Parts: sequence; C-alpha cells; structure tokens
Amino acid sequence: MTALPPPPTRKLGLVIDLDTCVGCHACATSCKEWNAGGILGPLVDEQPYGREPSGVWFNRVHSYELAPGPAEGGGEPQPAMTLHFPRSCLHCETPACVTVCPTGASYKRAEDGIVLVDEDKCIGCKLCSWACPYGAREYSEVDGVMKKCTLCVDRIYNDKLEPEDRVPACVQACPTRARHFGDLGDPDSEVSKLVAEREGVALMPELGYGPVNRYLPPRPRRAGDGDAGEADAAPASKAGVAASVQRWLGRVLQR
Amino acid sequence: MHPALSVIFFTTLSGAGYGLLAWLGLSIFMTHARADLMPALQPLYLWGLAAGLALSTVGLLCSLAHLGRPARAWRALSQWRTSWLSREGVMALLVPLPAVALMALLLVVDPGPGRAMVLGACGLLLAALSLATVACTAMIYASLPPIPAWRHPLVVPVYLLFALLTGLALLFWLMAALLPFAPPEAGALLTLAALGALLAGCKAVYWHRIDRQALPAGRGGAVGLPGREAAVFERPHTQASFITREMVFVAARRHALALRLAAIALLAVAPLLAWGLAAMGWLAPGGLLAFTCVALLAGAFAERWLFFAQARHVVSLYY
Repeated sequence: MTALPPPPTRKLGLVIDLDTCVGCHACATSCKEWNAGGILGPLVDEQPYGREPSGVWFNRVHSYELAPGPAEGGGEPQPAMTLHFPRSCLHCETPACVTVCPTGASYKRAEDGIVLVDEDKCIGCKLCSWACPYGAREYSEVDGVMKKCTLCVDRIYNDKLEPEDRVPACVQACPTRARHFGDLGDPDSEVSKLVAEREGVALMPELGYGPVNRYLPPRPRRAGDGDAGEADAAPASKAGVAASVQRWLGRVLQR
Repeated sequence: MHPALSVIFFTTLSGAGYGLLAWLGLSIFMTHARADLMPALQPLYLWGLAAGLALSTVGLLCSLAHLGRPARAWRALSQWRTSWLSREGVMALLVPLPAVALMALLLVVDPGPGRAMVLGACGLLLAALSLATVACTAMIYASLPPIPAWRHPLVVPVYLLFALLTGLALLFWLMAALLPFAPPEAGALLTLAALGALLAGCKAVYWHRIDRQALPAGRGGAVGLPGREAAVFERPHTQASFITREMVFVAARRHALALRLAAIALLAVAPLLAWGLAAMGWLAPGGLLAFTCVALLAGAFAERWLFFAQARHVVSLYY
C-alpha cells in the first residue's frame, strides 16, 4: 500500500555530524559492501572495470567549499571551510516517493518509519526518484527496479549479530563517529539528546517531506586570522628554561 | 530532467489519440438522436474511433518501454488512491470500453431510439474518460514538489489543450477524407491556427515564468546550512550516476531557444500558413490538413522535449 501509515511513534533514523565528517567515503563503501548481499541486493554495477563504471549506491559523499559566513547568534564571523556531506535516504515522515508509487512497491513501515521498496512489485517506472528532492533513490539498470537505503533493516533487527553490531553498516564503519543511529521519535534517546544539544537540522524542511534524519552543523570556528599569531606570541613572552624546553619540544613534535 | 523518448512519444501520441476520442465522443453525443445523419457519419465515427484507439494504444506501448519491468505493468493499476500514475493507468484502460461499445453499436445494432440513447451516453462517457486520462498524465508531473517548473498552473491546461488541438487536427483530416458530401473548407485550418496560437501563447507565458524561477532552496539549505554559500569542491562519484543522468540533465540554452522557436512555428505559424495557402486557393485543403496534423504533432513533440529538458530538479542543488 502506498498510502502512508499513521505516524509511527518510533522514528528510526541517522544523525550525521558535519563537524567531524572527514569525507572518507567509508560509510558509502561499507554500505555498498553490506547491501550488495542485503535484502535490496545485489547492487550490481554496470561496467565495474570498464570505461564508464556506474552503479547503485545508497550513500553519496559530497564535498563543498563553504564561503566565509556572517556571525550568527553573537558569535564570530565564520571562515571559509570544507564541508563533507554524506547524502542518503532521510526516511521522511511524509515521503512523496511512497505516495506516487503506482504499484505499492514503495512503502513506509508503520512500526519504525523505515521507507522500503518491495523489489518483487517494483515496475521500474522511476517516478519515486523524481518525487524525492534529496536524490535518495537510485535505479538499477541491471535489475530494472528501484533501490534505496534500507537503514540496514537486515542488520538492526538481526539477532544473529552481536548486539553492538545491530546498527547500520555506515554507522559502524565511520572512523570519526560522525554517524549516529537511533530513535528520533523518542525525545530521551541518545540521538535526540545529541540533536537537541548540537541544534541538529533537517534538510530543506520547507519542502514539506518531514525528513527524520538530522544533520549536526559544524561547530562555530574560532576563526579570526589574528588567532594563530596570538597563540604563538603568548608562550614567547614567558622567560625561563621551562618555556624554551616547551618550544623545543613543540618544534620536534611538529616534524 | 532527462527527456526520455519513450515518455515523449507516449504523451504526444496518446494525447492526440485521447483528444481525437474526446472530440468523437462529443460529436456522437450531439448527433446521437439524428437517425438521418448517422449513416453518413458512420464511416467517420468508425475510422475515427479505430484511429484514436490505435494512437492511444501505441502511446501506451511506448510508455511501457520506459519501465524496467514492463511485464509487471499490471501492478500499476492498484494504487489509484494515492498515485496519479496509477489513476492514469486505470483511466487509460477504461477508455476503450465506451469506444469499443460505440463501434459495436454502430456496426451491429439496428438503429432505433434505444441505440440512440446508448450511443449518446457512451459518447459522453468516452469524452469524459479521454480528457480525464490526459488530466491524470499532466497531474503526474504537476504533483511533484521537487520540480517547481512542473507545478506551474498552466501545466494541466496545456496538456489538455495539446490533446484537444492535435485530436481536432486529426478529426478535421479524417472528415476531409471520409465525408464526401462536404468538401473540406479552409475554415478548419483557421480554427486550428487560432487554437495553435492560444497554445503557443500559453507556452510563452510558461517559458517566461520558468526562466525566472529559482529552485525552492539554495545549496546551503540543501546541506542543512541555510545562509551559507556552498560551492562544489568534489562530486561524490567520478562518473555519471543515475541521479545525474536522470535528474541533473541540462539542456543547452542555445538548442533550447531554437527548439522553442521551432515549437511556436509548428504550433501557430504552420496552421496559419496552411490556411493562407488554402484561402488563396493555391493548394487543396485536404492535403494541407494532413500537413497541419504532422506540423502540430511535431510541435507537440518539440514542446514535450523542452518540458522535460528544461525542468530543474531540486536534487541538482547537490551537484
């Protein structure tokens, strides 16, 4: 059924920390690895070793240059910086990708809000990919059906795995722990507290899709061009052997 | 958006077919009680219904080429409660019922008051279902928030106008060929030219609007940092992906302008030219009607290509 279920109380989703993401693509590759054998697998590539390799990925890591930004909330003006941005399905509360589906292949689970595709029903009309503003759905030319992030539904409930492994593959693989998984419908969950503490945001909420996933914006940078000079100048003003040893150690460790 | 030929052929051909069926349905409804006219009109109705059904069916078959799993297409009939695509499928399958019923009535059943009643009802039903199918097709596009160009209020009326215009051109041409007692007149061409000009005007308004329309968010907002300016530093993939091929398609501005001019010429200028030639008596209206049909269909094809190629999807913000 492509009609949406009543709003689920559990809203499983991801919280992605844009402050600590280093753009290493470990989430993307581990996702590809797990889901190649998962319930929406195989994720077959076309010409994987050919001239124009192409295939389905549920996770795409973009990198952007952020231009210097104005001061916000009484803070300092923000310097230019690099932003690594992992993009995947946000498991929206009102996902148009589900309601436009003519076959009932796309559905949102009533129990935890995960948006899935039943590959045995999908006719490959691609309309759901048009309806998603976040580019979360990718069509498999090989299988002729639509594929998307499953939030590793075959890991998170898998009692064959150790309890600590029952998280999405991307969350487990992240070397900087920039990805967090949990119930965003429960205000007392770890992820909800994290979102509250770091003022996590939804992507383009004005479009009305009600994304469940949250992104934690980069922490304000200490910016100012003068900062580095001041930091160096401070210890130099101290006299004494201890200070010289400290400077020497600092130089050695920098190498 | 990537302009898929299967979808362009589908919407133009089946649009013309449904337009023709709608006009025929209306015509049958209006003449259903005229037992004196019916024998003379019967060849037009029969061949017209057959042509309309053939065109809409060919269009639907073209649309199957867009599917990854065409054999499962029947499943698309199930979700009409939420999906415009499903509603379109249901409507498209209902249209042949009154059309075939009309053909059977005209061929098999003896004329009489009973037949006239059923003819009228089926004619009206055929017209309503045909136009509803075209409206559902347009709503598939008009209901997608990530593609603001398609949310324009002219999208649905323009789809209906295209169906009615190309259908009417086909009907006039069939009339010229199948109604021997009324030699075709140049007036039909002027009607087509007027409708074509109206359609070209609607498209000019639409193009003017979408050229100045921004996407509903900026790239900063797309990455959760509204107010910050973000420039692409590195794409997530070295080759094209489904997302970039399907949704980040960009038509060259130069080609787009040429196609827009061609569409206007084919929709508005070609029928006017045909009318001029016929009114001067230089060429026979019958041949000119065939020319106008082809010109209008080509114009619809060019417009439909642009409809896709110039529609920007929100996901292009990420690239």
